Amino acid sequence: MSKPKIAFYWCASCGGCEEAVVDLNEDILDVVAAFDIVFWPVALDFKRDDVEAMTDKSIAVSFINGAVRNSEQSEMVELLRSKSQTVVAFGSCAHLGGIPGLANISNRAEILEEVYSKSPAVINENGTAPREEIEVPEGKLELPSLWNTVKTLDQVIEVDYYLPGCPPPVDIIKGAIDAIVKGELPPRGTVLAPDIALCEECPRKDTKPEKILLKEYKRPHKMAVDPEQCLLIQGLLCLGIVTRKGCGAACINGNMPCTGCMGPVSQARDYGAKAISSIASLADSNNEKEIDEILAKIVDPLGTFYRYSLPASLIHRSYQKSSQQGEK
Amino acid sequence: MSDINKSSNPFNPRIVAFFCNWCTYTAADLAGTARMTYAPNVRVVRIMCSGRLDPQFILKALRDGADGVLIGGCHPGDCHYQEGNYKALRRFTLLKRLLESIGIEEGRVRLEWIAASEGDKVQRVINEMTETVRRLGPLNLEIPDAPLKGSVITEHYPEAAVSQGASNE
Repeated sequence: MSKPKIAFYWCASCGGCEEAVVDLNEDILDVVAAFDIVFWPVALDFKRDDVEAMTDKSIAVSFINGAVRNSEQSEMVELLRSKSQTVVAFGSCAHLGGIPGLANISNRAEILEEVYSKSPAVINENGTAPREEIEVPEGKLELPSLWNTVKTLDQVIEVDYYLPGCPPPVDIIKGAIDAIVKGELPPRGTVLAPDIALCEECPRKDTKPEKILLKEYKRPHKMAVDPEQCLLIQGLLCLGIVTRKGCGAACINGNMPCTGCMGPVSQARDYGAKAISSIASLADSNNEKEIDEILAKIVDPLGTFYRYSLPASLIHRSYQKSSQQGEK
Repeated sequence: MSDINKSSNPFNPRIVAFFCNWCTYTAADLAGTARMTYAPNVRVVRIMCSGRLDPQFILKALRDGADGVLIGGCHPGDCHYQEGNYKALRRFTLLKRLLESIGIEEGRVRLEWIAASEGDKVQRVINEMTETVRRLGPLNLEIPDAPLKGSVITEHYPEAAVSQGASNE
């Protein structure tokens, strides 16, 4: 009997998720022993035609990382969806939109203008801008079109499971692969990581008091960070209180606050709103003006609390007046 | 409020109001008993305390079609649960900054302290807010769901679709 087939694909991502697969080290041999890898653009020479030639549902599992923000990515994930029994959104970008999702603060026109003309590093005297199609003697050439709005994977195709993290921790990946091999997967739609906040596995949790009140929110590059004490009581915006555990508190072990890449626990719909709720209520004042001053120390609320989850959030993107909404 | 009904701007905003049980909701009750008239644009949701108001509620209201959100709580120092309204104030302050950064106008989300005896303030605030939001126009954050299967998305990008069936629900 032939082995079940798996595929890996990347959309709008940095390549870190591919790195995470490689980080399985020798355990990747177990993966290869259990599965045939039939598609993996970053590592193997299979093409889109090869996937198109497969029969529907012939791939057991597709692991897709990256957010979806252009027509090529959406075509590829739709193709993989039709060829796969199970699709796993791999990493923060596919799960919640991730760092590329912060492009939703802006829009396509602004992004193209910045990249092709405004940016100080650009010299573009001819005003060259990307076009989606061009006629050449050999015929018409086409390029994928960039979307106005970045989407999570599950806003484009149906997704069966989610592997959170930026990138997903190796243990979480191994756990998922084990579960697939044994056929012991939880109900569809589950995030394959523990459903408890990070504080629970934080090595500093004993230094976290029952009640925290802060007179000042601080930034790590502007202070000497105590390596033993709870980061939140030091005034740092450590988002472990609202973030799913499973990363082994990697950032905290590096003496940096949690930025929330594992996303919310299942009880929260909107990660950033929950983070705002818990972080703001720590402000130690009952006076309107003072509260305002304390919270003004949080320089970039959108980038801080929606760093990995803007496309998955209730806000989804910056607000556009109706006149702009028709724009793709 | 006849002037509101006769407003030249035909847009009728939808405003969701979250009123705390002990002060503002009671005040709204009082306004009703006293037969005060005010703009009919507000849908009141009673919550036990303004401190119960999760910022998610506000975003969800805006996402699901509200043009504005009004929050009413007890005056500082008067909270039935000692400090729920202070928590609401802190959350509101930070949330307001977030909304500003994504381009949602300031007047669309408003926090007011209204005591149980202040029926007239309910009337005034609702009228003011209705006028403000009417001037700002419809919010239109409501966006159709993305087609999930068999769609040629290259031909049709539904703007900023929201997936409802996701893991976070």
